[in-house]
Amino acid sequence: MNRVQRTLHDSFVEAERHLRVIPRNIELLIFATIQPIMFLALFAYVFGGSISIPGFDNYDQFLMPGIFSQSLVFGSAFTSIGLAEDLSKGLVDRLRSLPMSRSAVIIGRTVSDLVRNLLTFCVMLTAAFLLGFRFGGSTFDAAIATGLLVLFSYALSWVQALIGLAVSSVEAANSAGFIWMFPLTFVSSAFVDPSTMPKWLEVVANANPFTVVTNAARALYNGLPVGNDAWISLLWSVGLIAVFSMIATRKFSRSTSS
Amino acid sequence: MTDQFAVEMRGVVKRFGDTVALNGVDLVVPPGAVYGLLGPNGAGKTTSVKVLTTLIRPDAGTACIDGIDVVAQPDEVRRRIGLTGQYAAVDERLTARENLVYVGRLFHLGTSESRKRAGDLLERFDLMEASDRVVKGFSGGMRRRLDIAMSLIANPSVLFLDEPTTGLDPRSRLGMWDVIEDLAADGTTVLLTTQYLEEADRLAERIVVIDHGHVIAEGTPDELQSRTGGALLQVSIARAENREVALSVLSPMCSGRVEVRDDRTFEAPIIAGDRVVPSVIRALDDAGVDVLDVVVRRPSLDDVFLALTGHAASTDEVES
Repeated sequence: MNRVQRTLHDSFVEAERHLRVIPRNIELLIFATIQPIMFLALFAYVFGGSISIPGFDNYDQFLMPGIFSQSLVFGSAFTSIGLAEDLSKGLVDRLRSLPMSRSAVIIGRTVSDLVRNLLTFCVMLTAAFLLGFRFGGSTFDAAIATGLLVLFSYALSWVQALIGLAVSSVEAANSAGFIWMFPLTFVSSAFVDPSTMPKWLEVVANANPFTVVTNAARALYNGLPVGNDAWISLLWSVGLIAVFSMIATRKFSRSTSS
Repeated sequence: MTDQFAVEMRGVVKRFGDTVALNGVDLVVPPGAVYGLLGPNGAGKTTSVKVLTTLIRPDAGTACIDGIDVVAQPDEVRRRIGLTGQYAAVDERLTARENLVYVGRLFHLGTSESRKRAGDLLERFDLMEASDRVVKGFSGGMRRRLDIAMSLIANPSVLFLDEPTTGLDPRSRLGMWDVIEDLAADGTTVLLTTQYLEEADRLAERIVVIDHGHVIAEGTPDELQSRTGGALLQVSIARAENREVALSVLSPMCSGRVEVRDDRTFEAPIIAGDRVVPSVIRALDDAGVDVLDVVVRRPSLDDVFLALTGHAASTDEVES
């Protein structure tokens, strides 16, 4: 087995370990499903009537891609919690003493979280359709939009991996993994048009990669011109994965339980 | 090579910031032997195990498993070792069998071979009944047994057990001792760390005593015990006025100075197994001293530790 084969094999074994247990935690599965549906319904009914966005006659068509985007990004927090859990239970010491690929532990974790996020996304998309959401462009465009969102969420999983390895407890991972998600997703174009924000905040919102990804997905879901947003969001995701996979893998090789 | 050691550490130094965790540790374990690494918290036991199992790199010195350097060829070393750390390193969301197969696959044994070995190990470690239950509901003792089984799935040449009974209730501890004795009988090379002197005494054929990152003594449990001068004789006499007579009778019969505890109680080291008790009673009787009580106490390894280090074995330093 060469290096690449070994990394693939070990990552697969690790991902399987996490996926195998998803059906065993029914409560977690239920809450992970309810949360995005609740967000969809709350935002659509609470804000739906009072917010109007230029270029969109229906706020739902603007809002729902933003909520897809936010939910997928929130889903990446599973990665930091899961890794911190393995670390706190001493399992990581065992893994580091095995003749296995170092990066496979994190690849397996991020990939299994990606699968879990996709499942949640399918539920959410179904709910959105029931609430009246429709694709404005082709199904292919919608698939590209989904791909961009999922890839960005996967990229953030690597950031979360580093957080999970850096903090000292599962509780800390829970807070540290979630806290920055709020400014990241709210100071953006997900829920409102940034031009309605104070000037300085608008600058921040427009520079936010989350805005770029959300704009790209929103344009594609609605069949509107996407411009360069698709390429730029792809670059953001690939760049984040490249940088954080390197740092997180290095961090993993050095971390022990105590 | 016939004289190859299973475990070999030469002058290993490891610092964490200003703290010197290992200050030149030398340690060799021949194949098939069970060695105990004994010391208080913070002595460097866990750090030694972490160096040998490639979890941390030493700052100086060399460490080898089967003659393979842990720094130069970590993956070769990892193929040959099993590690059971202080915390039962199991995935409690999985069943016992799934945990075993999972680790077998990460040793690249293949799925079917991993399954086969998992079955054998579940049988051997008395986990067959619980094999398809999720580990979350397991007792501490069951988790440790599973943990050791996971460490053995690739037939390692050396098994490291880092404080294998810490946190277990007395009954589970006895069960774990049986498991480790069986391993020893099978010829597995074991290096176990412990702060329980009784545990090292019972399980290890040789004990390496470590303190402040140094090896301060090594030997069989008997050899280490004899360093305190063997056993301790305690004699109580009936009347205080016989004190001087008793002292003059006892002194030549003991291997060290006779301590007078109070006017009627004496304590002195003797060579264990010398059948000294009948002679002491007879000699005192002949001298007209009424003996109330004679007790011989074998020294505990606590006494040994005190004799070797000048401080008690239990310190509250924290192992880093």
